[in-house]
Amino acid sequence: MKDISYYPGCSLHGTAREYDDSIRGVSKLLDIGLHELEDWTCCGASSAHCTDEELAIELAARNLAIAEKSDRELLVPCVACYSRFKAVEKEVKEHSKKVYFPYHGNVPIRYALDFFCDEAILEEVKKKRVKPLSGLKVVCYYGCLTVRPPKVTGIREYENPQHMDRLMKLLGADPIPWSYKTDCCGASLVMTRTDIVRRLGGKLLSMAKEAEADCLVTGCPMCHSNLDTRQDELGKEVGDNFDIPILYFSELMGLALGHKDAKKWFGHHITDPIKVLGAKGLI
Amino acid sequence: MMNSNSLLSEVAQVSGEKVQACYQCQKCSAGCPVAYAMDILPNQLLRHIQYDHREKVLGSKTIWICASCYACSVRCPNNIDIAKIMDTLREIASRSGIKPGEKDVPVFHSVFLDTIKSKGRIHELSLILQFKMKTKDFLKDAGLGWKMFRKGKIKILPSRFGGGKEIQEIFNAFEKGERR
Repeated sequence: MKDISYYPGCSLHGTAREYDDSIRGVSKLLDIGLHELEDWTCCGASSAHCTDEELAIELAARNLAIAEKSDRELLVPCVACYSRFKAVEKEVKEHSKKVYFPYHGNVPIRYALDFFCDEAILEEVKKKRVKPLSGLKVVCYYGCLTVRPPKVTGIREYENPQHMDRLMKLLGADPIPWSYKTDCCGASLVMTRTDIVRRLGGKLLSMAKEAEADCLVTGCPMCHSNLDTRQDELGKEVGDNFDIPILYFSELMGLALGHKDAKKWFGHHITDPIKVLGAKGLI
Repeated sequence: MMNSNSLLSEVAQVSGEKVQACYQCQKCSAGCPVAYAMDILPNQLLRHIQYDHREKVLGSKTIWICASCYACSVRCPNNIDIAKIMDTLREIASRSGIKPGEKDVPVFHSVFLDTIKSKGRIHELSLILQFKMKTKDFLKDAGLGWKMFRKGKIKILPSRFGGGKEIQEIFNAFEKGERR
């Protein structure tokens, strides 16, 4: 049993609940004990760091200070939170920044996708896989902050990342090469310049369709929400019709590991994944 | 010598980035997914900073349209973190009193921060309603909201937890100017 601290972040308590549920479900099957940080608060993304960087640092650091009370690593499924935490870690460690709540940069901060792609975890997944996702063609969509900037994420192949592709292969799925892996979906503008989000998201789904993917896989709650909930609008924008399920990598892990609640997770999607997964005999 | 009151030196001081290093290769603008919606391209914006065109830069649409995807930052041959500079410019612009080039984006950020201050966490429904109160655009995405509600994606009530007080401590310290 491995124990790890857990910072779900605001989205996972709302629109991204199936991401939270599937991360918890998969962790349990892999014998990973998640310890949710007590009384965690918002990390400040994406508004604090473009309004007041000092305030943004304090908002994120408060959570890191809570995490630092134990020696566990910290698991963060939302990339926006992850990116802020790493930025603060850098400030504290490299620039000796002093923060209000005591935090010294001593918590290993792990983004969920990277964590589940660790060799030791992949070995476990391989052993416990009961339902290979045979015949499921997926495009892996990494988006922006899961890989960029590399000085924050530490990802070396940031223009053409491969780790989610490897994970999907291990689950038995068929990851298709495509060129929009790390293109932005415009998430930070969804409330304010929805027209931009429609254009960027429309382009992404067009490319996923052209690659003949059955579904698109992501590890970002903002990308997920953008691409899952507005497919009719995105289609109109680019003169096409889309019906491409957007899945969290953790949901597909849960499916391959035979988690009993997988169907429940899929029930929260606006673009129904059950049809495609059913046709492939996976559900 | 850099004029210490110039926008160039202010940006350098807040962001720690070297805007002077830009030699206009335009790689940032070529790879920017939202360049089409900007009034000044990223490479042009850097030049305007060098020339100290404060009003033009801080009143531009560009600084609010930037989606912070970091494509420019990772591709800059001079290692200028342009996305970080955009953050810095938004911060300077918010304090400047110059009319923002985009209406809703800065409003959204201020509503977002108000929500953190009052609740400690972002409760999405409260955030959206507060934002709509400011923009008066109540119909936009109403249908989508209903669909999401039916799928169990909308949490009606905020979570209960105990961290809110400490968040107010942080905000209060900033408002009193103790943390600068």
